[in-house]
Amino acid sequence: MAAKRLVSLTPLATVQGPVGEAASTAIASINSELELWNGIQNIIYGLSLGSVLLLAAIGLAITFGVMGVINMAHGEMVMIGAYTTFVVQQIIRVSAPGLFDYSLLIALPAAFLVSGAIGVVIERGIIRFLYGRPLETLLATWGISLVLQQATRSWFGASNVQVGSPSWMSGSFDVGMLTLTWSRLWIIVFALAVFATLQLVLKKTMLGLRMRAVTQNRRMASSMGIRTPWVDALTFGLGSGIAGIAGVALSQIDNVSPNLGQGYIIDSFMVVVFGGVGNLWGTLVGAMSLGIANKFLEPFAGAVLGKIFVLVLIILFIQKRPRGLFALKGRAIEA
Amino acid sequence: MITQWLFTHVDRRGAFAIALLVAIAFFVPVLNLLVPETSALHVPTYLVSLLGKYLTYALLAVALDLVWGFCGILSLGHGAFFALGGYAMGMYLMRQIGPRGVYANPVLPDFMVFLNWKELPWFWYGFDNFWFAALMVVLVPGILAFGFGWLAFRSRVTGVYLSIITQALTYALLLAFFRNDMGFGGNNGLTDFKDILGFNVQAGTTRSALFAATALFLALAVFLASFIIRSKLGKVLVGVRDAESRMRFLGYRVERYKLFVWTISAMLAGIAGALYVPQVGIINPSEFEPANSIEAVIWVAVGGRGTIIGPILGAVLVNFGKTYFTAAFPEIWLFALGALFILVTLFLPKGILGLYGSWQARRATRAALKDDDAQPPLVKQSSRLVPAPEPQAAE
Repeated sequence: MAAKRLVSLTPLATVQGPVGEAASTAIASINSELELWNGIQNIIYGLSLGSVLLLAAIGLAITFGVMGVINMAHGEMVMIGAYTTFVVQQIIRVSAPGLFDYSLLIALPAAFLVSGAIGVVIERGIIRFLYGRPLETLLATWGISLVLQQATRSWFGASNVQVGSPSWMSGSFDVGMLTLTWSRLWIIVFALAVFATLQLVLKKTMLGLRMRAVTQNRRMASSMGIRTPWVDALTFGLGSGIAGIAGVALSQIDNVSPNLGQGYIIDSFMVVVFGGVGNLWGTLVGAMSLGIANKFLEPFAGAVLGKIFVLVLIILFIQKRPRGLFALKGRAIEA
Repeated sequence: MITQWLFTHVDRRGAFAIALLVAIAFFVPVLNLLVPETSALHVPTYLVSLLGKYLTYALLAVALDLVWGFCGILSLGHGAFFALGGYAMGMYLMRQIGPRGVYANPVLPDFMVFLNWKELPWFWYGFDNFWFAALMVVLVPGILAFGFGWLAFRSRVTGVYLSIITQALTYALLLAFFRNDMGFGGNNGLTDFKDILGFNVQAGTTRSALFAATALFLALAVFLASFIIRSKLGKVLVGVRDAESRMRFLGYRVERYKLFVWTISAMLAGIAGALYVPQVGIINPSEFEPANSIEAVIWVAVGGRGTIIGPILGAVLVNFGKTYFTAAFPEIWLFALGALFILVTLFLPKGILGLYGSWQARRATRAALKDDDAQPPLVKQSSRLVPAPEPQAAE
């Protein structure tokens, strides 16, 4: 609309006299309006990218914050969540086609349980033997991620599987001069809902209290009678379950293949490193600012160069605040 | 005299490895070139290249072990330095193609003609000279590592944070080198090499020479690493690994020691990459994959970190396994590799050599108990990982 007006006004701007001047000012105002909407679009796209990052990173932030463990298999938990969605949809297609619109809602708890259970098994089976050796844990979880990827590949095949969208997520709507897809909006809403729920769990439940205690001072918490091994197992399960939920959401906007997790893992790390651990607000702010920065850099630098630029910025940022934006305050000299 | 000088800087195991490497640098080419093909002792040319590839990986593993095993810096981005060294060599090899390319442009490599570029980008200048390319092989990774390390160590980024940042570094380079406008061949990378120093890259003699060069460079790296570790600086490094804050409180400028060994390690990785490229015949951005760098870490872990010989063993063994499995049971390989990561970290924290060491220590304990000659064997065991204090070589 504005673009059309712009086209009709442009030849008039060269005309001498008041008509030309009026046309010029009109063009200027339209241009600034377009610029404004462009900025708004960047912010909204950035927020939706940030929500995706938030979903992928929030589980990682929890496990890293509480246990100091970098879980390289986190991306695979996301992938398992996405595949759970696929399986749920297959079952619904076969046995109850009428429920298809609710398939994602059914997949959410299923994905949480599947990924969470796998997470608990991994923690009990492998990671608990490696506490106090974060670098070794990193390697072992990388091994787990390879095994999970290959297992999925052998089971479901190496190619993408089809995950359908329910009707309420397809289509788009207009706001001012923007056209937004429903899936984009739902992802933002969903990510914020997950964030809020998790905040509630951390702040209002007994498990959350214990988790925070262990994050702040493991030995003190243990002396106070908190069974830290249980907290670790449940935290890992919770983090993995959240990753599974993220997988349900990502199955709507990304290809579901065994490599799904790989694409998110580095970005999720960046969010956690940038945001800092021990505080979910850090993850939220980190994810959203990275998402928006990415979208604002893209028009100038292109998608790839923009991403490189963001990575370099984070590397430089770490210089100033080695523990991230919202670092836990403490007197420990060694993390 | 030379052997004596060697022994003051290298332990017995290191000296053995150096001797062995020098020997195979000589014998494998001989067995390839001079022994007739019908003989059972003949080493086919493809095997020479394959072994050469393993040895370049071993060199990368030694470089990685220098920072991880002795200084506690787990780099998940050493593949980046390897690949940069490889690209520097690849650029030289591209310039050597000259007018024999598909488009027969005497100056521009094929992919630039394809992209309609009219002249050589400035960063390709000089790569027609071998000495310049050889210099860049160590300088580019060295400078990148220096800059990166200077930023990271000064602000005390340690542990998993550092590992993640190194991973981001190699990931950023991966994305960058995938771009066509970077001027490094984009997705396809650099390939179709013809000559190196005037010799045909494909020829058996050149392959043997490259193999010998790789083995000798590896021997040199073993010597260099042993030299560093057994010097006073090496002891500071091990101190940093085991108790960084304590070293800082003792008054050592920890970041400088780290920066030194980090930069040296990156240069070694660059050399490894440069030797890798002519033997494999291609370099493309996939070498920057974070997964490659992490795989290199497992070579070190399997062989035994904190030993100089272990990583060589690990690199050769794991890659031999990879060659075998990916050909025979491609489905199984990732399972095997994944299991290797898990099992080694759980059960073999010191790797194969560590296992051997603890076995030897146990035997020594038993022997000591039998003799009743109460010489505690602990000193001997620890000397394997951390060289016991000894008189410094005259400097």
